[in-house]
Amino acid sequence: MDFFRPTSLADALKLKSAHPLALCINGGTDVMVELNFDRKRPETLLDLSAVTELNQWSEAGDSIVLGAGVTYSRIQTELHAQLPGLAMASRTVGSLQIRNRGGVGGNLGSASPAGDAHPALLATGATVNVSSVRGGRSIDIHEYFIAPKKSALDPDEIIISITIPKARGGQQYSKIGTRNAMVIAVCSFGLAIDLQTRKVGTGIGSAGPTPLRAVEAEAFAASHLDWEKGAALAPELLAEFGALVSAASRPIDDIRGTAAYRRHTLSVIAARSLKWAWTSTNEFRST
Amino acid sequence: MSNSTLPTKQRDHISTPVSAGLGESVARPDGTLKVTGDFAFSSDLWAEGMLWASTLRSPHPHARIKSINIAPALKINGVSAVLTHDDVPGAKLYGLEIIDQPVLAFDTIRFHGEAIAIVAADHPETAKRAAQAIIVEYEILEPVIDPDFAISGKAPVIHTGGNITRHVPILFGPQDLTADVVVKGEYEVGMQDQAPLGPESGLAIPAEDGGIDLYLSTQWLHVDRGQLATVLGLPPEKVRLTLAGVGGAFGAREDLSMQAHVSLLAMRTGKPVKIVYSREESFFGHVHRHPGKLRYEHGVTKEGKLVYVKATIVLDGGAYASSSPAVCANAACFAVGPYEVESATINSYVAYTNNPPCGAMRGFGAVQTAFAYESQMDKIAEVLGMDPIDLRLKNAMSRNSLMPTGQPIDSAAPVAEILEKLRAMPLPPLTSTTEGFDIIELPGGASNATHGEGVRRGIGYALGVKNVGFSEGFDDYSTAKVSLQIINGEPVVEVHTAAAEVGQGLVTLKGQIARTELGVQRVVVHVSDTQVGSAGSTSASRQSYVTGGAVMTACKAVRDEILLFAMEKLGHLHPHLLHFRATYLLVDGEIRDGNGTLVSSLADLVQDRIFECTREYRHRPTTPIDPITGQGLPHTQFAFAGHRAVVDVDIETGLVKVIEMATVQDVGKALNPQAIEGQIEGGTAQGLGLAILEEIQVVNGKVKNPSFTDYLIPTVLDMPPVRSIILEYADEHAPYGLRGVGEAPTISSTPAIVSAIRAATGLALTRVPVRPEHITSTM
Ligand SMILES: Cc1cc2nc3c(=O)[nH]c(=O)nc-3n(C[C@H](O)[C@H](O)[C@H](O)COP(=O)(O)OP(=O)(O)OC[C@H]3O[C@@H](n4cnc5c(N)ncnc54)[C@H](O)[C@@H]3O)c2cc1C
Repeated sequence: MDFFRPTSLADALKLKSAHPLALCINGGTDVMVELNFDRKRPETLLDLSAVTELNQWSEAGDSIVLGAGVTYSRIQTELHAQLPGLAMASRTVGSLQIRNRGGVGGNLGSASPAGDAHPALLATGATVNVSSVRGGRSIDIHEYFIAPKKSALDPDEIIISITIPKARGGQQYSKIGTRNAMVIAVCSFGLAIDLQTRKVGTGIGSAGPTPLRAVEAEAFAASHLDWEKGAALAPELLAEFGALVSAASRPIDDIRGTAAYRRHTLSVIAARSLKWAWTSTNEFRST
Repeated sequence: MSNSTLPTKQRDHISTPVSAGLGESVARPDGTLKVTGDFAFSSDLWAEGMLWASTLRSPHPHARIKSINIAPALKINGVSAVLTHDDVPGAKLYGLEIIDQPVLAFDTIRFHGEAIAIVAADHPETAKRAAQAIIVEYEILEPVIDPDFAISGKAPVIHTGGNITRHVPILFGPQDLTADVVVKGEYEVGMQDQAPLGPESGLAIPAEDGGIDLYLSTQWLHVDRGQLATVLGLPPEKVRLTLAGVGGAFGAREDLSMQAHVSLLAMRTGKPVKIVYSREESFFGHVHRHPGKLRYEHGVTKEGKLVYVKATIVLDGGAYASSSPAVCANAACFAVGPYEVESATINSYVAYTNNPPCGAMRGFGAVQTAFAYESQMDKIAEVLGMDPIDLRLKNAMSRNSLMPTGQPIDSAAPVAEILEKLRAMPLPPLTSTTEGFDIIELPGGASNATHGEGVRRGIGYALGVKNVGFSEGFDDYSTAKVSLQIINGEPVVEVHTAAAEVGQGLVTLKGQIARTELGVQRVVVHVSDTQVGSAGSTSASRQSYVTGGAVMTACKAVRDEILLFAMEKLGHLHPHLLHFRATYLLVDGEIRDGNGTLVSSLADLVQDRIFECTREYRHRPTTPIDPITGQGLPHTQFAFAGHRAVVDVDIETGLVKVIEMATVQDVGKALNPQAIEGQIEGGTAQGLGLAILEEIQVVNGKVKNPSFTDYLIPTVLDMPPVRSIILEYADEHAPYGLRGVGEAPTISSTPAIVSAIRAATGLALTRVPVRPEHITSTM
């Protein structure tokens, strides 16, 4: 097996085009599991963890440009104010050891329907910036997930960064897992309220072949929220929102939970998330 | 009964000044090493030029093997040997109680993951790939998966002799009683795994004498040796085992797993061979806790006095017997719990099926029944409108109560006190959801599933009882060799046993016993191996008792020899001592006379001699139980514990957060209080796992979750603080009055938690582990 460890993005891209079948590895928290289980036997590993450009984040106007390799731990500590939904999702990932190594680039690379970053990215309408020697392009997160563990990423492309709008309203991420930590989502839900555009974004995890968006629920919430004054939400409204989110899911029965349980709990955490996020939206109102 | 000190008789020769003796929380020698990652486990062994072994396992639960073609594996570069059942030189079957399990499968596959062929190669990956290259032709058969069906007489027979591995009936008291109130219930326990963190692993080194030296993880070196000798066709003395660093056991290492395989490969290749199971393989490589269906009927008076208990227990033993017969008997013996009852009618069955084999796991049959009888006790209390603790108090066993086997309890049984103490312990406050709360404290923890919505508090109580030591007439003994000599002018004691330290702290305890008995500070604990007699199994909560007893006895023998020698050599100083056949005393490493006056230092007396004694220790004998009535004296000691669980349940998501576990346990005598707390907390955690998390999911005979991704054991965020009270009612029959500690805490933990979830939800919850959808689907 060949192992490359470039330190610049330019070198990484060259290596990737020279070895299009090379498997990227960043934190390795998915890749090493695949190798251990013999599910993958790559000829070449391309270690991106030393590429400086991938390990940084920056502000660009109303957005954060998050390097693909920035770890969950750093997102939690450095970006919780700008990206509260993603920071909350980061907190639910694995254990401290995993959060110290893994990041959003790897989560997107694996494109598992259970990836915890995905609902938060869907809810905020993020953009995935990818690059190859052919050039760069940006993929709307809503176009990114294609099938179970399959994304719009081409074989020779590397994920460089993710552009995520800074929070302009309450955000939440809530997950159902049988254990109180270190657990793959049975289902999950991300929510972002944008006071400026008066839109509500959603993301559903682990309840369909890919991460999903609850379009009707988004429209329903946007048209029923009291954007002007921020009046508290009636329980019926929350329940209706929960039902719409649940209706947008496409879960199956598996060893982690039944489809019925996923549908039910999605409606519960969606309703709760809307209540919590709407309350915290008030903090954005005063500024 | 309130005596909590030692009988003075055992103390008279001991004065205290050695430190790190009995009764102290002596630190373990492996503690820091394990925390810092420096401890050498059996998976860390290495030998010059060693090969690596790998195992090919069946993907089918039930099949006929039509052919095995090893040629493609042999062709792979680096492969030294590929062996099948044809290559087993001795007996092709082994087993702990019934010899029914193939070393390597032939003719028939009986469970998913059964070993078929083994490979040795120069690299672990090569070995793995070579194993995968072996071509096995199967004729797939329908698996027998339902134990009720298996024993119905209509199912295909899995082993000649039928699918009932054992049936234990117990008929106690009059069999025709009726009662004011009848409460029935049906309960189910899922398949729990011991999930020891150290996978099965070991190193086999072929010896020049044609024998083999093995360094590995196990629970009982000598029973491994006995089985290996027959399989390898070697005399037992040519099979030498040394215990390597064991990463937990909990019953998973009682049966052979890799031992025979790695030995066969080493003998065939003439090279050291190492094997380490992956986590996934570990789930296939050892037996699990028996899942069971338990059907109960309790007859009670209106006042809440138990009149009769009828129980039919069907345990799924899976494809091979392992220790199923003993587990079946234990389930029968402890089917009623720590309660007095006039009449009991118990039928306990264990069935052969094509599910994974089940055998020993902490609690050993008493765990399954405790969930059932404690659920019944709660149900009875509800039907009668009684407080569940008052109901239990009304029926609590005490000294001299009879077990359903007719056996009287002839030492302390402080069941009522356990309940009273549990009830009196302060309760934790409600979880705060006001300003600044941490989601970690709420159901779902880090997942941020609730901020208090849907959360209900519940409190539940449960009791458990189990035997300590091997039962039913088994000759249960241990051996210890103790020596004393002077090294660099200082007395040094060496303690040598074959007892397996699997993490429970026996190495520490052996040192404590020697220090206390001989008054010598420096004690070297020899590595456990088969160069000394059998210590019996590290299971059944028995090693402190039996190996502790052996070390105590051997130490006393060494002391007696030294004092005899002192009399011979120095007796002239006190001729009257000789005359009255009184002796000197050994105190603080000094020989003193009856007035405490120094006669000689040990160093001066012993000089270059070595005093060495090997002694066996047996607990009081037990008897088999009558095969028709189940009556007898099958047990030597009983351990009692109780738990109170406090849980928060989010009734809308079904997520559970256990807030606190409180427990009271009688340990007879706390020889190392910190080690006991460790056992209590660990056992409580394992019980919590069974209550809400841990289950091997088997669908149509296939294991669906052989990984720590999907077999969920409690994390630090799932395991709450444990409040424990340790009672010390010395058992006059046991060394130092001690009572085995390891298993009791696992037994009552599970039913207490489920009881608390019931209190929070109002649901019946008749199956463990309780899954979130059991809560939401019925709310
Ligand atoms: C014990 C444990 C617990 C876990 N718990 C969770 C959890 O709770 N929630 C969760 O979502 N995940 C969890 N995971 C999975 C994993 O940690 C996450 O998916 C993580 O985001 C992966 O990041 P990484 O940097 O380690 O990825 P890697 O393993 O390095 O890579 C993952 C995939 O992405 C590709 N890749 C990586 N970087 C790039 C790039 N820049 N461009 C293109 N492709 C790239 C790789 O080729 C690979 O296919 C867990 C894993 C473990 C081992």
